[in-house]
Amino acid sequence: MKKELVEVVSQKEIARHIFELKVQGNVVNEMTSPGQFVHIRVTDTFQPLLRRPISICDVDLESRTLTMLYRKEGTGTALLSQKKEGEKIDLLGPLGNGFPLDELSQGQTALLVGGGIGVPPLYYLAKKLCSQGINVISVLGFQSGDDGFYSEKFAELGEAYVSTVDGSQGTKGFVTDVIKNKDLHYDLLYSCGPTVMLKALELQVPAANGFFSLEERMGCGIGACFACVCHVNGGLPSDYVKVCSDGPVFPIGEVVL
Amino acid sequence: MKRLEVSLPGLKMKNPIMPASGCFGFGREYAGLYDLSVLGAAAIKAATVEARFGNPTPRVAETHSGMLNAIGLQNPGVDQIMEKELPFLKSYDLPIVANIAGSTEEDYCEVAEKMSSHPQVSVLELNISCPNVKEGGIQFGTDARTAAALTKRVKAVSSKPVYVKLSPNVANIAEMAIAVEEAGADGISMINTLLGMRIDLKTRKPILANKTGGLSGPAIKPVAIRMIHEVSQAVSIPIIGMGGVSCAEDVIEFMLAGASAVAVGTANFVDPFICPDIISQLPELLEKMNVSHIRELIGGSWRECEVPSLSR
Repeated sequence: MKKELVEVVSQKEIARHIFELKVQGNVVNEMTSPGQFVHIRVTDTFQPLLRRPISICDVDLESRTLTMLYRKEGTGTALLSQKKEGEKIDLLGPLGNGFPLDELSQGQTALLVGGGIGVPPLYYLAKKLCSQGINVISVLGFQSGDDGFYSEKFAELGEAYVSTVDGSQGTKGFVTDVIKNKDLHYDLLYSCGPTVMLKALELQVPAANGFFSLEERMGCGIGACFACVCHVNGGLPSDYVKVCSDGPVFPIGEVVL
Repeated sequence: MKRLEVSLPGLKMKNPIMPASGCFGFGREYAGLYDLSVLGAAAIKAATVEARFGNPTPRVAETHSGMLNAIGLQNPGVDQIMEKELPFLKSYDLPIVANIAGSTEEDYCEVAEKMSSHPQVSVLELNISCPNVKEGGIQFGTDARTAAALTKRVKAVSSKPVYVKLSPNVANIAEMAIAVEEAGADGISMINTLLGMRIDLKTRKPILANKTGGLSGPAIKPVAIRMIHEVSQAVSIPIIGMGGVSCAEDVIEFMLAGASAVAVGTANFVDPFICPDIISQLPELLEKMNVSHIRELIGGSWRECEVPSLSR
């Protein structure tokens, strides 16, 4: 984990309010585990105060380039979306623990299920798994076609399906509908997205074995502030895990969603 | 560097900077970033008798130049902290301020007695100002007689100096300070967070699951400065000043107001390297201000001025 002023290489809006930001810096050399995240300070002032956790979407170690996808939602991400090529960004990372890559062997199949802004970390995961000879099936869920992104890029790595709530692209409905309708078979599930989606996966794909990446409002990002804690399934009421430093990736069933 | 050394009851500090309780975990989290021995001291997260999960999430919300938190004193309990957390800090040259909390006077005494017996603990910080728990915390910190009675009992069982962390959520903070001083407190920490709330326009509901939370960060600095300025003139025990400290200049301002040491809280979340950065910037700032030792600054805003005035 390092703090570094990284340089913006490019920034563009690739879907409605979804931005693709590429930055370059030495710290990128450490970003080898998909599912980890970085913590970005979007301004030199104290408005807004806190850093923004943003997942690692893709890494090119050769050019020391990190790709991040984020949704412009509030003041912080609005300021981030204004950063231009050549500008410096205060980045802390990589933080947290990523998706385990040694759970599958060559020829086995991983199902990657992403919802909205939970899709980006799965892209780096898909690339890593593919490079290990693991088959990747991706299911990406969005509100509508206008909100969708990266489906072609996932398709380059294996079977890829899209679901949209309004039906404007892919299957009308949710990611769970795709899994049922297409009767997808797999050895391990990896997912990142809103908690309601993870919950639905846990309930509707009961035999699911794999890993979830959780989202929670964070303070420090390094485990010091105890803002992003979760209860542990089957533990004492006082047992907890911190999403930022114990996660954000947890085995399915380990934490209470 | 000797120029930054300050001495408070139980705390011989190489510089006046310490991370504030609740903002530094148990030190581990920052140990991977820098050598903790550079710090003057460190205040660790509050300990209670039993392990506490704390409040439901979301527990933080941003405000203008500040943040609200409602963690709710989450901690693994005093025994676990002494056995599993404190040993980690042993290898650092770092006085430890152990923050203690409870629901009853008996709870506080139990934690105080245990914690103060630990060889690594330098002083206790009596937390009577957490605004985020229903029982304990702030209920002890808003009435002078209750605060004094608790201080007295904790002093009686503690083998280490006791600092009382005061709440700004009172009408008369000097009265609180005087009461705990008379009850035997060795020092005062101030200020804890200001009770606040934010409402989400979309849901029309409070953002925090706990509804209210404690406001911290640069937004509260002027309140802290005013209160330290007032309290430091009303008591003779030293003050560890805190509340929105985020740069070396802020440290000077807190010391001029009357603080003998300064704790950095929320700014650690904005920049985890803020404490070592401030420490390294202080000598140059003192040079610029023509101050030969940092302790000369303590209470400089109200003490009889020893420096010739520039304007007359």
